[in-house]
Amino acid sequence: MLRVDVEKQLGEFQLSASFASEGRVTGLFGASGAGKTSLINMIAGLLRPDRGIITIDGETLDNTSAGVHVPPHLRRIGYVFQDARLFPHLDVRQNLDYGRRMTRLSDDPAQRSRVTDLLDIGGLLDRRPGKLSGGERQRVALGRALLSKPRLLLLDEPLGSLDEGRKVEILPYLVRLRDEGIPMVYVSHDAAELRQLATQIVMLRQGRVTALGGVKVLTTGSSA
Amino acid sequence: MFDISPTEWTAILLSLRVAIIATLVATPFGIALAWLLARRNFWGKSILDAAVHLPLVLPPVVTGYLLLLTFGRRGLVGAWLADYLGIVFAFRWTGAALACGVMSFPLLVRPIRLSIEAIDRRLEQAAGTLGAAPWQVFATVTLPLALPGVLAGMVLGFAKAIGEFGATITFVSNIPGETQTISSAIYSLIQTPDGDAAAGRLVIISIVIAMGALIASEWFARRATQRLHGN
Repeated sequence: MLRVDVEKQLGEFQLSASFASEGRVTGLFGASGAGKTSLINMIAGLLRPDRGIITIDGETLDNTSAGVHVPPHLRRIGYVFQDARLFPHLDVRQNLDYGRRMTRLSDDPAQRSRVTDLLDIGGLLDRRPGKLSGGERQRVALGRALLSKPRLLLLDEPLGSLDEGRKVEILPYLVRLRDEGIPMVYVSHDAAELRQLATQIVMLRQGRVTALGGVKVLTTGSSA
Repeated sequence: MFDISPTEWTAILLSLRVAIIATLVATPFGIALAWLLARRNFWGKSILDAAVHLPLVLPPVVTGYLLLLTFGRRGLVGAWLADYLGIVFAFRWTGAALACGVMSFPLLVRPIRLSIEAIDRRLEQAAGTLGAAPWQVFATVTLPLALPGVLAGMVLGFAKAIGEFGATITFVSNIPGETQTISSAIYSLIQTPDGDAAAGRLVIISIVIAMGALIASEWFARRATQRLHGN
């Protein structure tokens, strides 16, 4: 259960959003500039809210009036960025292993091979990110986030930097990921994408939540 | 012509030792300072930045004299170090290394700072979301990505250190076997009536060392860049 109730002033832009989510995949829907990325950056701890509270499964991650701000590396929240952000100096295997090494989790070969199978990246392990296609990079980024064993996975337009053909290539992997059961917050401005993946929708417009509910809310006035 | 005398050998080896030690000791400080200047905002940052560059613009004899006042036996820091830690810089090769380290510091810091500034900070954020604490992010992302700059800085610093003359001779004088580096040996030789041949040999050796350092830095930079671009 994720609970967000935050306010943040970003230059001229005022973000003020409140929602709670039980859903397995919460779709954060809105046009570009609606504040979607700022909102998940706050969930990840990369951006500090001016006012408000963020809790996950009852644990407080941010509470400005109590002065609580858990830094990103202690949140156990995975983040898949639009631009993958693989470490260029590490090969795919080392990228995938990065989270486990940093958090000193014990090696889990079973999970590693499950994730590499799930995303079909077993053949890429010895390559450097510079030698991967956009779609491959995004799959490795998904695997890297998953293998850090997060309790929540944030995905910021993971298909955003890919052309149509590549999107079709990645989408099935995202569906598989959803069926793994790890809770996700999925940011997109594409209603069709969210209809396929999300179980619950938070609609954002100009920094405000304008609709909450099932995937149905996407059909009513979804002119993002 | 290429009959290198023991005195000359001593000067060559001393120069190498002084420059290598100066570079190795200065590098961790250089990295820390470069990181501070690249990544942090604090009161007095521009003053610190200027102070780092000071040895580049001050006359070397001024820097040497200031070192003598500070780290000499009766200097504020020098007396304390000698009394409590038994470290003496005055008229020792360690003093030559200190002078070379200080003089080459701006050249060491600058490439490191530039390469840290060039790193995509979003990679560091990504490392954080994967559970890396700030010091781990530095060790596993920032530092490896800044490596070409670190190596370039070290080579530049080394080249400057091996050629240093003014501050060294002011601070620790020109004592054969202790503080007489290639530069000060050449200086002595060209003032002696038949020192020309010996001076010529040392000049050639300085050129060889300098060329070697430049070629090595070029090679390191190319390799490091390849590594970073994932080839």
